[in-house]
Amino acid sequence: MLTDAKAQETKALRKRDARQGTTAGLLRKIAAQRYLQGMAILGAAWMIIFNYVPMYGVIIAFKNYMIAKPISEAPWAGLEHFREFLQDDNLWLMIKNTLGISFFKLLIGFPLPILFALFLNELRSVRFKKAVQTITYLPHFLSWVVLGGIVATWLADTGIVNDVLMRLHLIDEPIFYLAEPGYFWSIVIGSDIWKELGWSAIIYLAAIAGVSPELYEAATIDGASRFQKMRYVTMPGIKGTVSILLILAVSGIFNSNFDQIFVLHNSLNNSASNVVDIYVYQTGIASARYSYSAAIGLIKSILALLLLLAANYTTRKLNDTSLF
Amino acid sequence: MILLCLFMLYPVWYVLVNSLNDGSDALRGGIYFWPRMFSLQSYRVVLEDQSILRALWITVAKTVVGTLTHVFFTAMVAYAYSRKELIGRRIYMYLGTFTLFFSGGLIPYYLLIRDLHLLDSFLVYIIPALFSFFNLIIFLSFFREIPEGLEEAAKLDGANDLKIFIRIIIPVSMPVIATIALFTGVSQWNDYFTGVIFINDPSLQPVQTFLYRIVSESGSTQLQSGSINRTVTMQSIKLATMVVTTLPIVLVYPFLQKYFVKGFMIGSIKG
Repeated sequence: MLTDAKAQETKALRKRDARQGTTAGLLRKIAAQRYLQGMAILGAAWMIIFNYVPMYGVIIAFKNYMIAKPISEAPWAGLEHFREFLQDDNLWLMIKNTLGISFFKLLIGFPLPILFALFLNELRSVRFKKAVQTITYLPHFLSWVVLGGIVATWLADTGIVNDVLMRLHLIDEPIFYLAEPGYFWSIVIGSDIWKELGWSAIIYLAAIAGVSPELYEAATIDGASRFQKMRYVTMPGIKGTVSILLILAVSGIFNSNFDQIFVLHNSLNNSASNVVDIYVYQTGIASARYSYSAAIGLIKSILALLLLLAANYTTRKLNDTSLF
Repeated sequence: MILLCLFMLYPVWYVLVNSLNDGSDALRGGIYFWPRMFSLQSYRVVLEDQSILRALWITVAKTVVGTLTHVFFTAMVAYAYSRKELIGRRIYMYLGTFTLFFSGGLIPYYLLIRDLHLLDSFLVYIIPALFSFFNLIIFLSFFREIPEGLEEAAKLDGANDLKIFIRIIIPVSMPVIATIALFTGVSQWNDYFTGVIFINDPSLQPVQTFLYRIVSESGSTQLQSGSINRTVTMQSIKLATMVVTTLPIVLVYPFLQKYFVKGFMIGSIKG
């Protein structure tokens, strides 16, 4: 009996020791890697301040936030701002513009770099290929402000577009393209393709370079033409990369390339250029309606997240590639 | 392909020749391949304008400082996260991964920057741009390829982790560092939006923000009106400023090209 109790006691003691041992051991281990932990924690601290504090800050969407007081003192507003947003006159216009621009960008801008990469890959001369690449990447390195300036110069009343069209007698008077909502989407999509075509192709070229040369040799022996090789070897070979990029592109459909539209946007083309991000900027930063604007931003973030999950799920079901 | 290249280059060429033409003459239009009345007057006005020069200087400063600090800091954190024995590694990685998919949005971010007293401060270009989890992932996939023996040897010699990072990891990681530096450098150079929303003080605005203000409908008041004479127009100033802000990047980029293509592959295929 006595020995039994004693045995139990020592067992419990040993257990406690072991527990303390692991905590102490863990602390000792952390202390041993203090430099490594220091480096890691600096990164975590940055993320907490610049990523997670704004996520917490989103609660102002449920409050009536005033500039002078801290967030915690602002009175709760419940879902008031969300309800107001659903009744906003700009709502449908904004959704139409955001999704419309993104949809056409996806439809035209997504396959073009793939085609471009496929053709570029077929070029025999390495020198020429390099030159083409160098030139087509170039616009990627220009800022949207400069590109906006170029677009404005081209489309100005004395710009080259009006000039050529007038000389060809297709139009009689110069058209103010940037002031006409009807042209805005084409301008945005066209300039985006111009800027990013070469750059987006890099990643596909990298994927093509990763396709095993043996497959091409086998296809050659089987008598495949160049086109057939492209169709039956290269295209399946880059399918994974294409899927991943498609997931990212689809999930970014609510992000309408703010930098670009912000530059080209003006009050005359507003009915075609007012996208969610522009509206958030205007109501939030320019008119200081912080809570309302944060509510719109929150809806957008949630929709984008859901879309990402949905796109990821779909491609995983369809062809076994996914981000996570 | 040649046609495509011409198509890609021509818009830039068009801006260049128009900026090299006499300003009021250029307004008549019709300049396609060569300047009609060659004149450097617009460039003289741009390069003598104090506000443009100051904006250029701010841009250079923020690009250099911002790029160096970003690369050092992000690589350092990435190195820590790449080490398997790091306690809490999974937590750190989850913390970061989530930021890729969800964010608070512009308004809470703006309020944060305000509360940190970064409005109208040069540091707004540096501190919030210190780190990027996306770039961290690119660094990670590179660091994984570094043979462990290299670190082990240094450890036996008594070096701590920070020393190993600075003395060993940085020198062997130059290709990926060059790539990230190029990406960061370009985005720092091209960023105008930070200047638009966080900076009111004209003496702190970068040249892209300056350009934005003269390109967008809001402002032509930025330029000292006295400097504009008959041969120089608002339009020609705009074009010359565009060329001046773009030239540095265009000049540097062919030399860095081989790095970024390589680095892009490092980041994309394995990541």
